[in-house]
Amino acid sequence: MRVAIIDYGLCNVDSVFRAVEECGGNPIITYNEKDIKQATHIVLPGVGVYSNAMQNMHKHHLDEILKEQVIMRKIPFLGICLGMQLIASKGYEVGETKGLGWIEGEVVRFKSGKSRERVPHVGWNEVRHNGNAGLFEGIPDGKEFYFVHSYHFVPKDRSHIIATTPYCGGFASVVGRENIIGTQFHPEKSQKAGFRLLKNFIEKY
Amino acid sequence: MSKVRIIPTLLYKESTLVKGVSFDSWRRVGSLMQAIKVYNMREVDELVFLDIKATEEGRKPDFRLVDDFADECFMPLSVGGGIRDIEDVRLLLEVGADKVVVNTAAVENPGIVKQIANKFGSQCVVVSIDYKYKTGGEAKVVVQSGKKGTDIDPVEHARSAEKLGAGEIMLTSVDLDGTMKGYDIQMTRKVSDAVSIPVIASGGAGNYEHMEKAVKDGGASAIAAASIFHFTEQTPLEAKQYLRKKGISVRV
Repeated sequence: MRVAIIDYGLCNVDSVFRAVEECGGNPIITYNEKDIKQATHIVLPGVGVYSNAMQNMHKHHLDEILKEQVIMRKIPFLGICLGMQLIASKGYEVGETKGLGWIEGEVVRFKSGKSRERVPHVGWNEVRHNGNAGLFEGIPDGKEFYFVHSYHFVPKDRSHIIATTPYCGGFASVVGRENIIGTQFHPEKSQKAGFRLLKNFIEKY
Repeated sequence: MSKVRIIPTLLYKESTLVKGVSFDSWRRVGSLMQAIKVYNMREVDELVFLDIKATEEGRKPDFRLVDDFADECFMPLSVGGGIRDIEDVRLLLEVGADKVVVNTAAVENPGIVKQIANKFGSQCVVVSIDYKYKTGGEAKVVVQSGKKGTDIDPVEHARSAEKLGAGEIMLTSVDLDGTMKGYDIQMTRKVSDAVSIPVIASGGAGNYEHMEKAVKDGGASAIAAASIFHFTEQTPLEAKQYLRKKGISVRV
């Protein structure tokens, strides 16, 4: 499986590359249209600030290139962390920014509730997927994955929520529809459970 | 509710794992790569790598070395030592760091914290605060691996770091570091009350009870420790099993 890991100049692409390799995929780090067109799977990683990331996406015409592959050609897509947030309609990190808009919803900052949870949300937390087949095959419900973020995705249509995590009142930790998946956590840093999820993505999508 | 993390701190000189007492009397602990492989196998929550000589020697971080370590690490990794500018940060993230740890730079050029937060997000900048008690009993921030004193109050420093966009505070008592006498609970409490970002307690762990206190009485979100794991039979996994028995939420 040829896995294109999209590099838009802000990411920890190396760890994603190594994880995909460990999971049996054949990764390539790229922002080149030709490479992306040849991929069987696309991963959009991400560390960074929303507005900045979208600017970089536009600069390399990645919004158009990815739209053609993911929306038109239905190539399996996995967005990780900021890469997940970018598929929303808009984000509010450092100003309001239009996202890719593949899954309707907004990316907003955590509001710490009565429990005075600290923001950013850093560390291992439970992912409740209610036995969602496919992506979570072989992964127990409530297994911990690694998170590090201050903003989270609020999908407009709740049916796009694949898994949730109990923090600041609970939030969507995995969203998706058809060939599109986004995980707020970092599967590449989540050890065995993370690798299993990547393997499921590569093999089952 | 987020789970309390147990974070082994790996201090290094060249590629050798070292550990001192109160940032002095450094001794060699072994091979850094070996330690990383063991922690990776044991699936620890997170690792912190700190190059203790880079800033002092005016060196940049050793990106190639970090690249080699990161390749062995399928866990979250924070890297510090020698970071001066945003380009250092970009390169560290590129070779596989998830977060960067700034200490001296956050004092000498606080703007760097804001720059990192604005470019890469708050979640990726950890401000490390080392402090020592003066003879009068006042705590003051120290920089350059404890070699240089300042007049800065650690609590104020933590507050301003949060304002600038820091995502976490790593708080180390130089006096207790390496002594295995327990964390500075009082200061940990003061800092965790002063900020709403996670605080990592560091310096002084000698047993699991010390860790429990840092969380329950100190308000720490995570526990960093080195000597206890290098020089005793105690392990991160056992630490978490102990904490869980004491009612603290951890990932086991």
